[in-house]
Amino acid sequence: MRDKQIEDLKDYKYGFSTDIESFKAPKGLNEEVIRFISNIKKEPDWLLQWRLKAFERLKVLKEPDWQKPKYPKIDYQDLYYYSAPKSFKEKPKNLEDLDPKLLETYKKLGIPLQEQKRLNGIAVDAVFDSVSVATTFKDTLTKKGIIFCSISEAIQKHPDLVKKYLGSVIPITDHFFATLNSAVFTDGSFVYIPPNVKCPMELSTYFRINASDTGQFERTLIIADKGSYVSYLEGCTAPMRDENQLHAANVELIALDDAEIKYSTVQNWYPGDKDGKGGIYNFVTKRGLCKGKNSKISWTQVETGSAITWKYPSCILKGDNSIGEFYSIAITNNHQKADTGTKMIHLGKNTKSKIISKGISAGKSDMTYRGLVDISKNASNSTNYTQCDSLLMGNKCGAHTVPYIKNKNSNSNIAHEATTSKISEDQLHYCQQRGLNQEEAVGLIVNGFCKEVLQQLPMEFAVEAQKLVGISLEGSVG
Amino acid sequence: MEQKLKTDFDKFISMSNFSNQEIKLKKEALDNFLKNGFPSRKLENWKFSDIKQIIQKNIGELTFYNDYNIKNEINDEIFIKEIEHNKIVIVNGKVERLSFEYEESDKINLTTLENYNQNPNDDNSLLSLNNSFSNKIHNILVKKNYSFKKPLIIYQITNEKVSNTNINFQLMFELEENSSIKIINLSQDNSEKNFINNLFNFNLGKNAILKNYKIDKKSNTNIKYDYSSITQKENSISETFIFSSGSEYIKNEVSCNLEGQYSSAFINGIHLLSKNKHHEIRTNTNHLYENTKSYQLIKSVIDDSSKSVYQGKIYVDSKAQKTDGYQLSKAVLLNEQAEFNAKPELEIYADDVKCSHGSASGSLDEDSIFYLMSRGLDKKTAKELLINGFLLDVVEKITDEEIKKLLKNMIGLN
Repeated sequence: MRDKQIEDLKDYKYGFSTDIESFKAPKGLNEEVIRFISNIKKEPDWLLQWRLKAFERLKVLKEPDWQKPKYPKIDYQDLYYYSAPKSFKEKPKNLEDLDPKLLETYKKLGIPLQEQKRLNGIAVDAVFDSVSVATTFKDTLTKKGIIFCSISEAIQKHPDLVKKYLGSVIPITDHFFATLNSAVFTDGSFVYIPPNVKCPMELSTYFRINASDTGQFERTLIIADKGSYVSYLEGCTAPMRDENQLHAANVELIALDDAEIKYSTVQNWYPGDKDGKGGIYNFVTKRGLCKGKNSKISWTQVETGSAITWKYPSCILKGDNSIGEFYSIAITNNHQKADTGTKMIHLGKNTKSKIISKGISAGKSDMTYRGLVDISKNASNSTNYTQCDSLLMGNKCGAHTVPYIKNKNSNSNIAHEATTSKISEDQLHYCQQRGLNQEEAVGLIVNGFCKEVLQQLPMEFAVEAQKLVGISLEGSVG
Repeated sequence: MEQKLKTDFDKFISMSNFSNQEIKLKKEALDNFLKNGFPSRKLENWKFSDIKQIIQKNIGELTFYNDYNIKNEINDEIFIKEIEHNKIVIVNGKVERLSFEYEESDKINLTTLENYNQNPNDDNSLLSLNNSFSNKIHNILVKKNYSFKKPLIIYQITNEKVSNTNINFQLMFELEENSSIKIINLSQDNSEKNFINNLFNFNLGKNAILKNYKIDKKSNTNIKYDYSSITQKENSISETFIFSSGSEYIKNEVSCNLEGQYSSAFINGIHLLSKNKHHEIRTNTNHLYENTKSYQLIKSVIDDSSKSVYQGKIYVDSKAQKTDGYQLSKAVLLNEQAEFNAKPELEIYADDVKCSHGSASGSLDEDSIFYLMSRGLDKKTAKELLINGFLLDVVEKITDEEIKKLLKNMIGLN
């Protein structure tokens, strides 16, 4: 039965594209286009000025080139920076007005937008190319005072919050891709959890790139006010196309005193075909700020898709006693490349961080863990623990570990460990002896290897992720 | 600086008697350095220390011309008395004495070379600088099946005759099949504010054994860059030990190419720093063939506002199956102003390998101090005892008993 399952899953099952008429901004990156985006979204002037300032800054910035996976130069003038289903000139008020084709798309992806069909309570914000198409379970959330909507809506309805926090973690003066996003970001999710509220359900965003030649630049802003808690999930897919598509999102998290944010990602963008043609360039900036004391931010990521993954979800531990965590599984197969890791910047006293990273490379792929742990002078009594393990399958792939460790405080401790190995013959032999075939045995061992991270994921995601781990490695053994 | 480099270079060439071929090579090296300049933080290998700035801050204007015609007196007092040894004495970058009195003279071949052959893809501009300004390069060849009877001590001396000067020095060793040598490289600096750029090259033949111990203990204000390149054939062993403590700034770089199967490289190092000192060790072990092994252990004790950096990379080629690589760096910070930076790196392209690294930094363990104090030691003694034990771990890795004893006394660890 498993063989059939594998056969079904072997191909990238999200590779279809939706034939829907889209409405795009003119091609290219210039002030006109930025004004166009800002105008169509009916944005206030301060935001337009903010975007233009970012664009000014972008002109002097150079695209970074220190990363391990190299890619052909991107022609930023040859991209569409805004694409929306045509029926979206006026955003539909409710799901009945939504283009049936869109509903069909999300059904195929397994993301039900109709609330009544949803058994487990997860509120979803679905982003299609450049716009957010639907947000579910709004009423339940509103009762608790939780704001969960698209960022465009938040700009209209909660401008004070947006103005206060947008760019406070990733300023417009940041690196190239982050600044590009600041200039042209189109949509994304906005979450605000009021003081002392524990969000009753998982919040989730689903990103989908559909149109060709389009870059996706979404912006997510999550604010957990004092004493609140939220768990947020993110999933992504894209159709199979021969060309490479750019995805440069910015995610900003802010946790105030005693608040906790848990951010989980299962990234399954189209990875390109077996020969490395096509696929998504996933150049995302994710950063969380533990602003208040006793706050906590935890990133969990399962990275299986994308032609190139290049991201470092980071935590700035500013508040005293704050905690940052990073759990990651990154799997590369065929010609995929990944350069991912995290940054833990300890600024406050008694701050703690923990990094668990598991990398698996197979086929002709290349994987790098790159991380920074920086304990500043004032961060006394801080601790960090890092563990990064890599698993190699075959001798045509690579696995690299590049940690940067900076300790400027004598009362703080940093411990770092890394190992690289292959699946041991003994383990394989043991499993096979008990009747598993080689692929099943490998699947089992890999799952065990990843267990520490998989445990961190919310239940529904963990099941999906576990399957993904198996599928991503198909055909890499033997 | 460019003008200064050019005039100093012309003066240097006119005062020396190099062949036309040598002058040509030196010119090329100079052009290469002029093109790249001193390394900056932008280069990954120099991320934690901006040598250009360090030179400017500590030395100011540098003179690149170094007069090799001056004859320097050697005071025999400086020689180590505890053990019998062969000597190479280098004063201000000039080889003043080469004596292999304990060895069979027909087993050693001494020659001079034109230039260190820098890999064209190597962007290390300090090697180019060294190539353009270094004096005659001595090459020491140890013949097949010959083992040195006594250790060789290289006395690297600077005296008060030089200051604000860039001293470039190179020395080459060729170890033929089944040969072995033990070297102690001893820095004795009586000068202030110079930039000393050293390059040592070792080629190890089949079954050859190199033991190389580098000691920088005497406190001085010189800035140093010390590069050792080791190439190893089948079944050869190299052991490098670095004690780095005296100079104001020193970057020790060891690059090992394990080209033959069953070859192994061991690099152990100690940083014992105080005041404003800033020391760095960078190791680069390249596993290029099956069944090779490498091991690195670096420990730092950092006091006052000093800074210790360790950058270590293990590279495993896709050919190098069954590689065993291990790396560990540990640091103890004794003062709030102290700083430790590390970048332990693994770059691996083969699957059947066992590679791991670990890095830990922090304060001395309070529990251990408490334990010792509860047994009647005062805090200072307790701390000293713990530091002693912490560093002794590295010294114990020295495989030559005689030298281990000598170095323990010299460093003051027991």
